[in-house]
Amino acid sequence: MMLIRRGRGSGVAAPSGKKLGWSFWLCIGWLTVVILGAIFANLLPLPDPTAALGAPQNLGPSIHHLLGTDKIGQDVLSQIVFGSRVSLAVGFGATAIGLVIGGGLGLVSGFVGGWIDAFLNSVSLIFLSFPGIILAIALVTFAGHKLGVIVVALGIVATPLVFRLVRTSAQSFAQREFVAAARALGASGIRIVFREILPNVATTLVAYLFMAVGIMIFVEAALSFIGVSVPPPTPTWGVSIDQAVSDLQSNSILWIWPSLALFFTILSLNVAGDAIRKFFGVKESFL
Amino acid sequence: MAGSGTAHLIGAGALLTVEHLVVEFPAGPGRRVKAVSDVSFDVAPGETLGLVGESGCGKSTTGRAVIQLIRPTSGSVRFQGKELTGLRGKKLREVRRGIQMIFQDPISSLNPRRQVREIVAEPLAIWSDEGGEERQRKVREIFDAVGLDYEGAGSRRPHEFSGGQCQRISIARALMVNPQLLICDEPVSALDVSVQAQILNLLRDMKSRFRLTMIFIAHDLAVVKNISDRVAVMYLGKMCEVSPVEELYMRPAHPYTAALLASIPEPDPNVPPVATENLLGGELPSPIDPPSGCRFRTRCPIAQDVCAVHEPEIRQVSDGHFVACHFPRISPMTIGRGAPAATWASPVTG
Repeated sequence: MMLIRRGRGSGVAAPSGKKLGWSFWLCIGWLTVVILGAIFANLLPLPDPTAALGAPQNLGPSIHHLLGTDKIGQDVLSQIVFGSRVSLAVGFGATAIGLVIGGGLGLVSGFVGGWIDAFLNSVSLIFLSFPGIILAIALVTFAGHKLGVIVVALGIVATPLVFRLVRTSAQSFAQREFVAAARALGASGIRIVFREILPNVATTLVAYLFMAVGIMIFVEAALSFIGVSVPPPTPTWGVSIDQAVSDLQSNSILWIWPSLALFFTILSLNVAGDAIRKFFGVKESFL
Repeated sequence: MAGSGTAHLIGAGALLTVEHLVVEFPAGPGRRVKAVSDVSFDVAPGETLGLVGESGCGKSTTGRAVIQLIRPTSGSVRFQGKELTGLRGKKLREVRRGIQMIFQDPISSLNPRRQVREIVAEPLAIWSDEGGEERQRKVREIFDAVGLDYEGAGSRRPHEFSGGQCQRISIARALMVNPQLLICDEPVSALDVSVQAQILNLLRDMKSRFRLTMIFIAHDLAVVKNISDRVAVMYLGKMCEVSPVEELYMRPAHPYTAALLASIPEPDPNVPPVATENLLGGELPSPIDPPSGCRFRTRCPIAQDVCAVHEPEIRQVSDGHFVACHFPRISPMTIGRGAPAATWASPVTG
């Protein structure tokens, strides 16, 4: 009883045999394909996505055009692969901005409390009471249809969301007794934030960030669907869906391909995020 | 009872002196929770002071205010002659090393994301610039001292341990900085009875091995009896009675202490059960709006009109035994401060 033996000795909880599961790896596989495709699109044996009339129009899938061509003869697969660049850049870029600004301020706010917390929290509530997509449309309209502007605009949308998640989580851990113990040991505030609170906030955060990337990709697609994202001829998933929908009469299956790419990417991000949250979830109390 | 005053302080030579400690928390507009109201006590080097009272009486708040985890609203906390209440930043962090605390919830006390050897080594990581090997040797030593196996347990995480083992880890971490004063905030309340005894024994061993002075906070008089030299009883943010441990258990002077002692279950079936009128009825009043005069009067079996008007001062009833009550069960020694009980006996309206 007094001594703990190596292995599953009495009095020691057995390590839980948690696994990430096949669905997680399937999702990671799809995301890897999409990300590698976006990075190495130029090296892939794909026709130029913007080469209009480079091929016969409205072809079905064939060996030369795996997913066929659209009404102006552009290769559909190539459009999707190149279009993923915008989606991923916006998804990861905007989330990164949200993580750095929202996450950093959230940690400070949740740990320090007091008037700093009250102030930052009010600001976040003001941002949240603004419909995010309207804010993004307004910013893009005024500052120009450039990739950088869209990333920043959606980063601003993501920031208060990440802030609130991190703040709440940091607050609850800041009240835990291990933080009081660290204080009693003489740890500085910065040390407590980075050594005691951040590691606990991080696991919830990672899962949430996966979903945030999905949401940002979705919002970018919605923006480009209504024409306020990167201007043509740069291919994006939203524009591809928009064009396919308007051509529904001449080519009834074209909309499926970019939609599926969007669907599987967002689904993969959500499932992977959820699996990570479960995997790192630590059983904390069994007294 | 439940009064103020400093007659019971041992004075010079105390390791820790707490005087007129007040801790209040805001509780909505214009309302304040008076968690600790004018509490004074001191602890001699090497002594163990038990701090007892119901849940919500302010004993844990007092413990945390001593180490400045909660900033006192007013009052003084002097440790080794140094005033702690005004200290900030690095100075406070350095002084705190001399005082360590063990908490009630053994699981919550340990960061679930870190390996226990990392947790125990944390004080060294903060304060010492010794190399890894020296550090590891010290961690091994302390693991040994608290009865944990470094090889088998070191790389595990807190959730893999039982509550008692987690408490051992907490004790190991606290002892790493060689504190003079250890504040134990209900360290065994969350544990099984069989494990409680082991942890109490461990604390006793550690106390003599590391020459610790302890403040042992508990709501259970039976637990405190075994480990304390002196006991201080608190009620609703006030000090009721301070006494050497045997004296307190043999001759409680305060009606509250007497009620607490009467509520300890008697395992011997031949001992007749305590008459119910001696047991405590009712609930603890709200610390936002505490009763006037003596705070215990609303539940006191012997309260009189005077108790609603005048707050009793703490005074001596026998050697080292102090009580804050207008009508103590032992008549006060006239050498103590404050008037004898008789002078309050005239009825007072209000």
